[in-house]
Amino acid sequence: MVQAKPRSTVEAAVTPVNRRPKRQMPWPLNLYQTAVGKKWVMAITGVIGMGFIALHMFGNLKIYLGAAELDHYAVGLREIAYPILPKENALWLMRGLLLVSLVLHVHSAFSLWAMNRRARPMGYQSKRDYIAANWASRTMKWTGPIILLFLAFHLSDLTWGFANPDFEHGAVYNNVVASFERVPVSILYIVANLALGVHLYHGAWSLFQSLGVNNPSINWLRRGFAALFTAVIVGGNISFPIAVLTGIVG
Amino acid sequence: MDLTLKVWRQDGPQARGRFETYPVPGISADMSFLEMLDIVNERLITEGVEPIQFEHDCREGICGSCGVMINGKAHGGHERTATCQLHMRTFKDGDTIVVEPWRAGAFPVIRDLVVNRSALDRIIEVGGFISINTGSAPEANMLPIPKEVSDAAMDAAECIGCGACVAACPNGAAQLFTSAKLQHLNLLPQGQAERWQRTVAMVETMEEYFGGCTNHGECQVACPKGISIDFISYMNRDFIKGKSINRRLGGQGLAK
Ligand code: FES
Repeated sequence: MVQAKPRSTVEAAVTPVNRRPKRQMPWPLNLYQTAVGKKWVMAITGVIGMGFIALHMFGNLKIYLGAAELDHYAVGLREIAYPILPKENALWLMRGLLLVSLVLHVHSAFSLWAMNRRARPMGYQSKRDYIAANWASRTMKWTGPIILLFLAFHLSDLTWGFANPDFEHGAVYNNVVASFERVPVSILYIVANLALGVHLYHGAWSLFQSLGVNNPSINWLRRGFAALFTAVIVGGNISFPIAVLTGIVG
Repeated sequence: MDLTLKVWRQDGPQARGRFETYPVPGISADMSFLEMLDIVNERLITEGVEPIQFEHDCREGICGSCGVMINGKAHGGHERTATCQLHMRTFKDGDTIVVEPWRAGAFPVIRDLVVNRSALDRIIEVGGFISINTGSAPEANMLPIPKEVSDAAMDAAECIGCGACVAACPNGAAQLFTSAKLQHLNLLPQGQAERWQRTVAMVETMEEYFGGCTNHGECQVACPKGISIDFISYMNRDFIKGKSINRRLGGQGLAK
């Protein structure tokens, strides 16, 4: 028998990696002070974003009905709830909601990401072999920023117009065609939409778990819903640059 | 079977660890993974080398002490199998097996493959119990509980606290553990009195030590008891409810 070497006397002490908030904020702000609450916010703002993306894609299908229809639709957006509200008021309310949602979605994602990094300061030194975690779930932290950067470009290209030399306010159809006739822009648009698809495929399933929407008799629908939603959105969106490049539209 | 073992050696909590490689000839396919480690250790001892420290107790999958990462998967990655239940026949002759301790900020390595999992106890301490005097066992069927509900509570109660969920989770989150410990009480009538306090206290303590859930689902496949991430969803629901409801009667707020 060999004598065991003397053990290190320093105890492997367990210390918290996250500090508990010193002060509880009033309800419902206190929910956002917790990780589970942040996931709720992420899920709800995600649903708002999904609603926007679905309506945005659906509305843009008007491009296949011709320039007059699409441009008229764009005018119609400014007149939502008109004449009950002044023109553009409803539009700005929706924009405000989307902006707040986007900020909260990004902020909660970032702070949870930081928390998760603190939770494993030293990673595995051998190769991990994931069984369930898929490509989509593990790339959320990359697809998210890609979508955010693309959003900045997309707005400057087709809303504000300064990234589009042929931009003309109100001439939606012509702006879209002019933008997508630049091949690199079309490629960027397609790549960004694929990233969006990967993000949606995980997010549109994950939100049910985060919100506690779980019923074993319908759980099989959740993955299916995410796949279908992703396919419809990405398919619809990608069809636009392809239609322009192949001359179906333009 | 002749195998090669690449195993994490670390002399103490503060020491730098490293992988050591040991040839492991003549292993029987009927051995369990821990028996294989025993054989390696016997040889190491005769060679005058400090044996590999690993935690174990029941060796039948009920105590939860034996968890290690085997080839990048918690407990070796077989369905409902703890390390002690893992048979050597699941490996092929000539394989190199990489063994590493659980990695998490809340699980510091004590030595070699042994980690301190007491952060899990911190979660249990704040609510993983029912504080009523239970007296002697009541008459059977005095408390009617639907079979499905008691089955679900039992599924959650299967958790052996091994820490595989934390180890497998890319975020180092302990949601599967906490939700199982919560739901096996929250589902039953006896657990109702403290349901909301328990949920809030245990979740908030969990968040001090561990990461957050991003629904990878990696924990439920790593779990040697096959506990479902459905429980995490129920925990999320109970937590928001627990934080939001005020069970005081109206007007009592003024008497504070
Ligand atoms: S030794 Fe008890 S669970 Fe493996």
